Amino acid sequence: MNQAIDYTAILPELIIAGTIVLVLVADAFLSPKRKWLTMWLAFAGVVAALIATLSLVGDERNTFTGSYVVDDFAILFKTFFLVVALFVLLVSLRYFREGPFYQGEYYFLLLTAFLGCMMMPSSRDLLLLFIALELVSAPGFLIAAFRKSDPRSNEAGIKFFLFGVLSTAVMLYGMSMIYGVTGTLNLSEIGDALSVALPQGQETLVLAAILFIVAGFAFKVSAVPFQFWAPDTYEGAPVPVAAFLATASKAAGFAGLLQLMFVAFPAQYEVWTPIFAALSILTMTIGNFVALQQRQIVRLLAYSSIAQAGYMLLPFALVSADPSINQDAFAAAVTYIMIYAVMTLGAFAVVIAMARESRGLLIADFAGLGRRAPWIALSMTVFMVSLGGIPPTAGFWAKFLVFQVAIGRGGIGTTLAVIMVLNSVVSLYYYLAVPRQMLFVEAEDQRPLATPALATGVAVLATFAVIAIGLWPELLAHFPPLSTLVGQ
Amino acid sequence: MTWENSAITIAVFLPLVGALVIALVPRQLEKGVRALGIVITGAAMAVAVAIALTFDYGASSTLQFQLDTRWIPAIDARYHVAIDGISLPLFVLTFVISFLCAIYTWRFVPSPGKTKSFLALMLLLETGMAGTFIAFDLILFFVFWELVLVPMYFLIGIWGSANREYAAIKFFLYTLFGSIFMLLGFLALYFNSDLGGGRHTFDLVALQEFGASGGFSNSLQLVVFGAIGLGFAVKVPMWPFHTWLPDAHTEAPTIGSVLLAAIMLKMGTYGFVRISLPVLPYGAEKYAPWIGLLAAIAIVYAALACLAQKDLKRLIAFSSVGHMGFVMLGIATLTSIGINAAIFGMVAHGLITGMLFFCVGSVYDRYHTREIAEIGGGLMQKLPYLGGVFAFVAIASLGLPGLAGFWGEVMALLSSFSPAEILVDAGLTGWFRFFMIAGGIGTILTAGYFLWMLQRVNMGNLPEKWKGEAFPDVVAIEWVSWVPLLIAIVAFGLFPRLLTGVTQESVDALSSLFGS
Repeated sequence: MNQAIDYTAILPELIIAGTIVLVLVADAFLSPKRKWLTMWLAFAGVVAALIATLSLVGDERNTFTGSYVVDDFAILFKTFFLVVALFVLLVSLRYFREGPFYQGEYYFLLLTAFLGCMMMPSSRDLLLLFIALELVSAPGFLIAAFRKSDPRSNEAGIKFFLFGVLSTAVMLYGMSMIYGVTGTLNLSEIGDALSVALPQGQETLVLAAILFIVAGFAFKVSAVPFQFWAPDTYEGAPVPVAAFLATASKAAGFAGLLQLMFVAFPAQYEVWTPIFAALSILTMTIGNFVALQQRQIVRLLAYSSIAQAGYMLLPFALVSADPSINQDAFAAAVTYIMIYAVMTLGAFAVVIAMARESRGLLIADFAGLGRRAPWIALSMTVFMVSLGGIPPTAGFWAKFLVFQVAIGRGGIGTTLAVIMVLNSVVSLYYYLAVPRQMLFVEAEDQRPLATPALATGVAVLATFAVIAIGLWPELLAHFPPLSTLVGQ
Repeated sequence: MTWENSAITIAVFLPLVGALVIALVPRQLEKGVRALGIVITGAAMAVAVAIALTFDYGASSTLQFQLDTRWIPAIDARYHVAIDGISLPLFVLTFVISFLCAIYTWRFVPSPGKTKSFLALMLLLETGMAGTFIAFDLILFFVFWELVLVPMYFLIGIWGSANREYAAIKFFLYTLFGSIFMLLGFLALYFNSDLGGGRHTFDLVALQEFGASGGFSNSLQLVVFGAIGLGFAVKVPMWPFHTWLPDAHTEAPTIGSVLLAAIMLKMGTYGFVRISLPVLPYGAEKYAPWIGLLAAIAIVYAALACLAQKDLKRLIAFSSVGHMGFVMLGIATLTSIGINAAIFGMVAHGLITGMLFFCVGSVYDRYHTREIAEIGGGLMQKLPYLGGVFAFVAIASLGLPGLAGFWGEVMALLSSFSPAEILVDAGLTGWFRFFMIAGGIGTILTAGYFLWMLQRVNMGNLPEKWKGEAFPDVVAIEWVSWVPLLIAIVAFGLFPRLLTGVTQESVDALSSLFGS
């Protein structure tokens, strides 16, 4: 067995790991007033990792006996996670500097979670997937409870932790059963082993195992009925942490789920596509309808992120025996996840910009923002319209790709598309509630809002991205072919 | 890039660029912003007029000023724009009305001001509306189609009257509900089209050829016609999908109502003529009697509803439902006369109802009320010019021969006397004659409510409370923005060939699908 490690392939992860240590050490030696400098240290590390990742574009490498792969899919997701990390770091600076937080520890934990995210798309092995997932989750439990003096933040952390541990246990149980049946942890070997007819008893075992594993990931992506933690956790956690949970953490869950379903279990699609159809319908419908009643912006975004997870789960339900449809479904899911993350991250940046003035972060506090902070208001309007899927914004193309695969698939796809369409209409009601407040209602307080420069900058940048992709969706087509994983 | 292939693109995107420019002008330059609005819409209109002047009317059924280039190869969507006899009148109308609206804004910016945002949104709207009429790719069409939603939502929601938030969100969600089914319909067309070798297309020309040659199965046509038709029907709006319209019209600012009535409603009827009929002829044949029935109901229902209105603006809004009923009746006959009538009706309704909303806006500007009972009559005494214009336009709207409103209605009724051959063969002549009678009754009721409205608003003695008020009569800026419309109403009324001459050839090509 060849035990040589391909250090080039894991260079980005090594850089992040090194930065994590550096941040922790630097934190110990910096005076409390200068602890915020650790953010820029972390930032520099992420930039370096991003450069290292981009230098791998086009390469196809694997290491650790094939269980850690760097291919187009992995590079795409890694680049995405690192860019998200940059954004989350930028919006964190002001928030954590002004509050009673242990800044160095926060950046240390955040980077650790991102390290898990980066491992996720490369892990082609059940064990590595599990480790990556835990690496995302465990720091998440801690930073969700980072507003230590606030009971709601404690509740956020505890809830997240209990649900997380439970679902992890269930998932691990499922993985062990898969190992028991196939005798391997490698995803593509599992796929091969399961594509032949199984003995009578094992068939059921495999199906139960798939169900357990899906349940574990459903928690991660906050799909109904595993979504209960999300609104409370998002609300209680520091806002930048909520932004992380809603984007990177969720995307990591999807990255893992995509590999499992499309690489390890495609042969069993007839069993799990109905499960995903049900998950998708429930998630989008419940997410949207509960969102209608929200008065607090972070809770609104939390339910929006649940509903959006429903749209992202839809392509899974379209998997069939036809590899070309599977490839399209795969690409649609990946594109949706990324576009969703940009929009949501932008919306959270706006919320963070608001957080200094509005403690409760009620939607009512957005009144008159159109006059008080026109750029922020414009950005938020674009994000909300885009999350609703109205052209010419990026969100439209994300939905369009899902519709396209669904209609092309026919059968159950058409039904799902119709349900998603109805859901989109419902969602616009609450998405537009935010611009309505900002632009239709005048504030009592007319003075300009003092917005932190970094959060505003991130919001404006995300706005440009959303509109640029909206006008020129061809930008997305320059992504490397996403279907390398699917349909051999 | 030549004039031939870039003219449309320039005209459509000039307002969009203008919107960005306006957004960058400092807020203090209030007059400058308004002037800029006029300049931009004026320039865009100049390009549109130049297109109309260089259009080859001898070949009006062929696509002209065509540009077909790559846009999103990944999903086979292309940037395909062109113009033909059916598009041209609506395309030019869009730019003319937008220009006149910009002129009107020079003096009348609705509360709460914010001229910059107002004009920027109006320009964005203009791009969306104009683009809808020239897009020959379904995805491009859909993007333009949806582009109008957000600006109009804000125009109603920010500058509207008391109940504006409700009206704005109702407009938005209702229209979105329809149009997103339309998108699914487009996707179904895409996947069922076949250019050979398993290649699909969103291209409207290719889809028309494929549809005309019977490429789409009958059952598919029925489903897809329903899905796409729902999107168009909400926009038209056809009875019973019209309930958003009175609210949106009543609450919108004057400019919003004018643009909504004059252009946006036409997007729906245009969609039927441009997409539904030629691509899905079998679906059109099967749905035609139902469309005709709904149109006939709309005509009578709207007229009765108008008789019951107390609010002047709401009355005009309901009259729109009736007029669009005539347009849909013309389309439902699937005949050359009927579709010509429909396009004539669209343009005439755009000019006349746009003008009516201008008048109501100006009345409100003076009286600060739209309640007919509040105004209480005597408009002719108080403001003779405004009263005169209002009377003239109302009479044009009720379809007086010699004015533009007449031709659309009479041709629609005429065509429903003898609908297309395939409808005759299906034994539906009796039904269409019944629709004709209903439409005829509708015209009588229409005359009734308009005259009654004039009696209550224009005639009679001026109530005491208004006598002391110093209302200005029609001011210069109003004349400038109205006279072109008034002239057009007379011109199209006296010389209908001005319009039917342009549309005839394209319409004949379309109606030949249905055997007439």
